[in-house]
Amino acid sequence: MFKLVKQLTSLVAMFAVLFAFSTETMAAKKSKTLENTKKRGFVRCGVSQGLPGFSNADESGNWTGIDVDVCRAVAAATLGDATKVKFTPLSAKERFTALTSGEIDILSRNTTWTLSRDADIGLTFVGVNFYDGQGFMVRKGSGIKSTSEFKNGTSVCTNLGTTTELNMRDFFDSRGISYEPVVFEKADEVVAAYDAGRCDTYTTDKSGLAAQRTKLSAPDDHVVLPETISKEPLGPVVRQGDSVWEDIVRWSLNTMIEAEEYGVNSSNADMMKTSNNPAIKRLVGAEGELGAAFGLDNDWNLRIIKQVGNYGESYKRNIADTGILPDRGPNELWTKGGILYVPPAR
Amino acid sequence: MNNIIKKFLPQILAILFVVLIFGFLTINAQTNMDNRGIDFGFGFLSQESSFDVQFSLIEYSGSDSYARAFLVGLLNTLLVSFISIIFCTILGVIIGVARLSSNYLIKNSAAWYVEFFRNIPLLLQIFFWYYAALRALPLPEKANAWFGVTYMTVKGYYIPSMVWENLNVFLYCGLAAIISIIVLRNYANNLRDTKGKQIPVLLYSLALLIVLPLLSFLFGGVSLEFELPQLKKLSKISYIYEGGISLPPELIALVLALSLYTSTFVAECVRAGIEGVSKGQKEAAASVGLTPNQVLKLVIMPQALRIIIPPTTNQYLNLTKNSSLAAAIAYPDLVLVFAGTALMQTGKAIEIVSITMLTYLTISLTIAAIMNWYNKKIEIKEK
Repeated sequence: MFKLVKQLTSLVAMFAVLFAFSTETMAAKKSKTLENTKKRGFVRCGVSQGLPGFSNADESGNWTGIDVDVCRAVAAATLGDATKVKFTPLSAKERFTALTSGEIDILSRNTTWTLSRDADIGLTFVGVNFYDGQGFMVRKGSGIKSTSEFKNGTSVCTNLGTTTELNMRDFFDSRGISYEPVVFEKADEVVAAYDAGRCDTYTTDKSGLAAQRTKLSAPDDHVVLPETISKEPLGPVVRQGDSVWEDIVRWSLNTMIEAEEYGVNSSNADMMKTSNNPAIKRLVGAEGELGAAFGLDNDWNLRIIKQVGNYGESYKRNIADTGILPDRGPNELWTKGGILYVPPAR
Repeated sequence: MNNIIKKFLPQILAILFVVLIFGFLTINAQTNMDNRGIDFGFGFLSQESSFDVQFSLIEYSGSDSYARAFLVGLLNTLLVSFISIIFCTILGVIIGVARLSSNYLIKNSAAWYVEFFRNIPLLLQIFFWYYAALRALPLPEKANAWFGVTYMTVKGYYIPSMVWENLNVFLYCGLAAIISIIVLRNYANNLRDTKGKQIPVLLYSLALLIVLPLLSFLFGGVSLEFELPQLKKLSKISYIYEGGISLPPELIALVLALSLYTSTFVAECVRAGIEGVSKGQKEAAASVGLTPNQVLKLVIMPQALRIIIPPTTNQYLNLTKNSSLAAAIAYPDLVLVFAGTALMQTGKAIEIVSITMLTYLTISLTIAAIMNWYNKKIEIKEK
């Protein structure tokens, strides 16, 4: 009998431990994600499985790309070191679950901001780091010059779990064209299938088409059609429920864009501390107490600019110089004819 | 009293423990979902899915509901499992019997086949058939006709479709043929048992199976026409076949990989079953004057089947579950359509994954139930 009592107590103790976890609620004021990140010593960032220009790993496992730079900016702001990021490559299908289940803290994976994703799934989009639109790629030899030349029975290769699947249906349906969607989970599989002639056309975001074209066996034999069939504002996403963390990620991205607007870059950031312009001084932490609102020190934005660079530097390094999309198009600053416009940091 | 407590308390505690664990998990998930602003519910099933599916057995378009998209995926899973189970059984029996052949070449080829296909991971085999083997096929415009009217191309296997008139009359005739065959067999068995007379049942059955449906063509107003696939130009360099039925290469690759892989296990089950029947049975049967054919049919097989069925059931279940690897090569099965696209578009991860798990459980339990019923039917009935 004594033995039984002992077993019982250990059982009760076990339950006490289990329930302790579930009753733990999120702290309202402080950012739990920030606390955990500091404790852990690195930012957990979800990226793509390899999209040149956005998030791509080289042979030695170094990640580069404009999506990667958003996570690096957050690491520079919160931990003081842009290299303290752990990247988790995710398929389109896995990405939201990885974020909502707490496996990663930032999803920076060329993800389109839509109403249902923002409102339904327990996610919050913090901004836009690339304005994109869906397009089609075809073989040059096909003679197709415009999407209006697609005929009934066209087979279309694309990725699973993307807004692409929905746009493509809207596109073909509204034109009354029957088509065969061939949907793969991984981008590399889509490229391989399209390359082998399984599909007549490959559709995804235009930046994606430009990047994936470089992976084809003969990139020059393929052409991206001029039409854009959708709006695809791509940006970083965080979990709902930690508004301080959300603000940190949002303003890390905004800092990069605003730095470009004011001509502050990684090489002149330190000198800008003595600038006459108060907006620039705030941007490099020489004036105001902007970091305090997030529970960060006052050099958080200076570190972002010094370690990662401004948006223009990031774009040039990752997308323009790699030959993916040398023309910035809508992703130019609003002052230069683009639509990049962020709220002021003050 | 003390003894009763000692006997039952651990069991009650165990049950309590399981219930509490499930309760805890549910509450925990609920709390976390509330915190993150995710609501739980199955209302999304009636919403418009707004995505298309490549290949479907029923009418489906993006304006149909998620529930219908689920059905499309389910039917595609059942289709690929059903075809693969049939192929792997036929292939498995042939290979299994071949492994027992006295011919050195046949015996060793069968052994090599088994060792080769069962020792390569299934996913790799699926990739091989899809990316390596099927990709070597010609483009539609360069394809040569197989059997005159079918075309095997990189975009799919195009076969003629049948256009029926009064199909129901034809089907009734087929049904009538099957019923009369069953009646005939019972009559023949009765005749054999009571009067010791034998009639050629097989011959009569075949005749019935051919003559009755044929009559429906002559008198029932049934007619059948074939619609042949026609080459159609999509652009300067791209073609497709229209008309007829198109089997997507994804389906073909999946059936090939699943049936070749699983047939090796079935073959081993068959070999084990036949070798499990003692040699004395065969010799005894021969000594009472049965022909080799009768020995196999009446003595060896009924006993071998008892050994073969249970492990083969496992293989069928494995095959069905393995069919979920389809997602890797874009075959729109339940996992790709429902646990893939639908999950992504709705974000209802918990709901959709539980529905998918329950569905696979139901399919597997159904297959197991059918096989258990068959196993019961053929097991030794002690009198």
